[in-house]
Amino acid sequence: MKLTLHIWRQSNKETKGEFKTYELPDVSEHMSFLEMLDVLNEKLISQNEEPVAFDHDCREGICGSCSMMINGQAHGPDLKTTACQLHMRKFKDGDDVWIEPWRADAFPVLKDLVVDRSAFDRIMQAGAFVSVNTGNAPDANSTIVPKMNADLAFDAATCIGCGACVAACKNASAMLFVSAKVSQYALLPQGDPERKTRVLRMVAQMDKEGFGGCSNTNECEAACPAGISVNNIARLNREYFKATLTSRES
Amino acid sequence: MSLLQSNVPEGPIAEKWTRHKNELKLVAPNNKRKYEILVIGTGLAGASAAASLGELGYNVKTFCYQDSARRAHSIAAQGGINAAKNYPNDGDSVWRLFYDTVKGGDYRSREANVYRLAEVSANIIDQCVAQGVPFAREYGGLLANRTFGGAQVSRTFYARGQTGQQLLLGAYSALMRQVNKGKVQNFARREMLDLVNIDGNARGVIVRNMVSGKLERYVGDAVLLCTGGYGNAYYLSTNAMGCNVTAAWRCYKRGAYYANPCYTQIHPTCIPVSGDYQSKLTLMSESLRNDGRVWVPKDVNDKRSPEQIPEADRDYYLERRYPAFGNMVPRDVASRAAKERCDEGYGVNESGRAVYLDFKRAIAEQGQKAIEAKYGNLFHMYRKITNENPYEVPMKIYPAVHYTMGGLWVDYNLQSTIPGLYVLGEANFSDHGANRLGASALMQGLADGYFVAPYTVGHHLASNKLEKVDTNNPAFEQVESEVQGRIDKFLSIKGSRSVDSFHRELGLVMWDNCGMARNAAGLHEAIEKIQGIRWEFWQNVRVTGSGHQLNMELEKAGRVADFLEFGELLARDALAREESCGGHFREEHQTPENEARRDDENFAHVAAWEYQGDDATPIRHQEELNFENVKLTQRSYK
Ligand SMILES: Cc1cc2nc3c(=O)[nH]c(=O)nc-3n(C[C@H](O)[C@H](O)[C@H](O)COP(=O)(O)OP(=O)(O)OC[C@H]3O[C@@H](n4cnc5c(N)ncnc54)[C@H](O)[C@@H]3O)c2cc1C
Ligand code: FES
Repeated sequence: MKLTLHIWRQSNKETKGEFKTYELPDVSEHMSFLEMLDVLNEKLISQNEEPVAFDHDCREGICGSCSMMINGQAHGPDLKTTACQLHMRKFKDGDDVWIEPWRADAFPVLKDLVVDRSAFDRIMQAGAFVSVNTGNAPDANSTIVPKMNADLAFDAATCIGCGACVAACKNASAMLFVSAKVSQYALLPQGDPERKTRVLRMVAQMDKEGFGGCSNTNECEAACPAGISVNNIARLNREYFKATLTSRES
Repeated sequence: MSLLQSNVPEGPIAEKWTRHKNELKLVAPNNKRKYEILVIGTGLAGASAAASLGELGYNVKTFCYQDSARRAHSIAAQGGINAAKNYPNDGDSVWRLFYDTVKGGDYRSREANVYRLAEVSANIIDQCVAQGVPFAREYGGLLANRTFGGAQVSRTFYARGQTGQQLLLGAYSALMRQVNKGKVQNFARREMLDLVNIDGNARGVIVRNMVSGKLERYVGDAVLLCTGGYGNAYYLSTNAMGCNVTAAWRCYKRGAYYANPCYTQIHPTCIPVSGDYQSKLTLMSESLRNDGRVWVPKDVNDKRSPEQIPEADRDYYLERRYPAFGNMVPRDVASRAAKERCDEGYGVNESGRAVYLDFKRAIAEQGQKAIEAKYGNLFHMYRKITNENPYEVPMKIYPAVHYTMGGLWVDYNLQSTIPGLYVLGEANFSDHGANRLGASALMQGLADGYFVAPYTVGHHLASNKLEKVDTNNPAFEQVESEVQGRIDKFLSIKGSRSVDSFHRELGLVMWDNCGMARNAAGLHEAIEKIQGIRWEFWQNVRVTGSGHQLNMELEKAGRVADFLEFGELLARDALAREESCGGHFREEHQTPENEARRDDENFAHVAAWEYQGDDATPIRHQEELNFENVKLTQRSYK
């Protein structure tokens, strides 16, 4: 198939970017979206132009590196699918495809489609852990976790940290991301001792990084390639509320 | 006399590690903060080591090439992690895990290291559970287990098909906690391009800031290399796109020996290659073989679609050839058996290079729900890529490069031949011999990082008086200018071929001549071809853009240039090893049933290569392997 690509090109953080248009004949429906971009890049290199920069690594939908808006949707049109797992059979001959980076104040563009997501790391540093040093652990089966809680905690823990939730949200809110981590620990006995400080500190850091508030439009859930449920946001709100009422941390 | 001192402690195997720990020197709590440790890589090995060292009080800096420590390639591991917990009460023990691993590695690993690995395996599970890693559980709330290849017990812990993700996020959370405490500093989007030795000790690294393009210098009292494997030498592999040999290769060129590079693992169950544009291959976890059955048609000319082929016309060749282990034979055995069937013309997709992995019986017996609970994400991924529904039609699979057992040579303390340079995880050669068993890489990475390096690195610091040095030392100056020279060179060639085109060309040579089956003529040819590709690369590569910016072509150029040197060493190593063992299959050395034939008399050793200069042949050193606890036999899974 033949595609017309409109891709955001930006040299670095300081400069302004713009869309550029590229024609790509001969796209095979079996290619992944990123393989299609590889083919474009090969072509650009042969014309002595700089290839399009985009983050990617595993190309299996698990590392969370790849990150781009495709026709206005985070990771493109396929449900529960990262850009690297999106296949060209979702497109048809003659399509126009608009490709841009995540848009959020907390994720500044570094180049073309590459953004800086270090804000996510800083939120994690604020409290997304259990304070247990190596060597301190009791026998694994001394902690019994009801299967249902273990499964729910696992579902929350599968967040890949890609940032699609932020990119999809009109407020650029990071609530789904934060709630997934808070939920994982809130559902497990291991997370219990620090549950109040954890939620308070992570939310405080999230606000400090400049992410917006949540207005419950659920766009985040629709865009999430890992299928993280908005029920986690409800749990985050409960946890936060309880913690503000009862925590001794000010 | 061998230069290679394995430093394996004296005593009965079950007591070695405990005794050794008792004898290792300690750094007093107050003194730990005076030391600076550089950890390159934040996968399971790097993240666990950095977090543990930070907890102990050392100052740690970590580096990774991704935009966050959490994205290290360990995240992609699917199936599980082994541990000798014996929770299922099926007769497992530290001894059995040790024995299975030595046997699985085709008797080419160091006994003492493997025993230690088995010994600490149980602590790993405890540690991960305490961190909140959500492993699969039974209805009673206790941990669940599954079986992996090369074992007759269920000792694999898992988190659906995302075990690596959950373990890495556990280690990453421990790391983030130390960052929060100020003990660890994290440097993402940094690529290590060289090692700095001062007075014979590893004392620093040169990294490129991949956003600004600036070269940066970091000094430390020890360097821990945790940079993963070199599977991408084959271009197509199950590894992430950025996986590279650069960090290890630079250390090799600075004096670290490279051990057993020819030991590569070709994984039997991957989605087959489909087009020229293909950038990587996708693994379908070995755990699928718990319930999936591998087969091809009995008749070469049977072109019916799989669901139309009745049971009687199917050849479940693994069950037929290996009745004791059936579909659960180790990877090297399963891969070669698939290749054999396809070479004979029984392969099933258009290319003839695929076999079926069939879940019909398991779905009939256990129900689709149960299968979905175990492998849901893998089935989802398979469907995404192939557009076929594996709940209804069998998967098509074929072997692909997956893991590398070879790596930098290390002693029992995980120290390389350069004092102060430690190598952990897939980057070292130590525990898997010539073939790694499934679910053992995650175990090894975390064993090295949580439970071995924190002890042995301390011993190094306590027993050597290291000079105080800083980044103005002339050694830093020198190495940095060499790194800069290389970058300038890449950018100045301005040839006509892209970096990827060279990588692809190298990959084809590696796969054809150094893949699942190797022979002397093919290996000679590979060496010659690789030299040719390398020569052309340095004349004709085109690297667009500049060095002072985010430039992914430049990053790739550095990695491919190193693969082009490394590939030759791999072929050389394969040529020198005149036997078949594990993943290294020399066609000249096989039994009448086409099984690998080892030569224990002449090759029960580790081959460790010493760099002699770009135009000189490296020296092959040997570390003899002594088997005092397991008896060398021909591996049998029949
Ligand atoms: C698809 C797949 C599935 C797997 N499934 C399993 C499984 O189920 N069970 C199992 O036991 N094993 C499995 N393995 C193997 C296992 O995942 C790896 O061997 C293991 O995770 C390697 O961990 P590591 O810490 O050594 O390296 P990695 O996780 O590869 O980490 C390497 C780190 O080094 C950094 N790095 C690399 N080069 C540089 C450089 N030049 N400069 C700076 N930083 C650098 C990277 O950024 C990264 O942080 C699987 C492997 C694959 C590919
Ligand atoms: S590249 Fe890893 S999730 Fe897409």
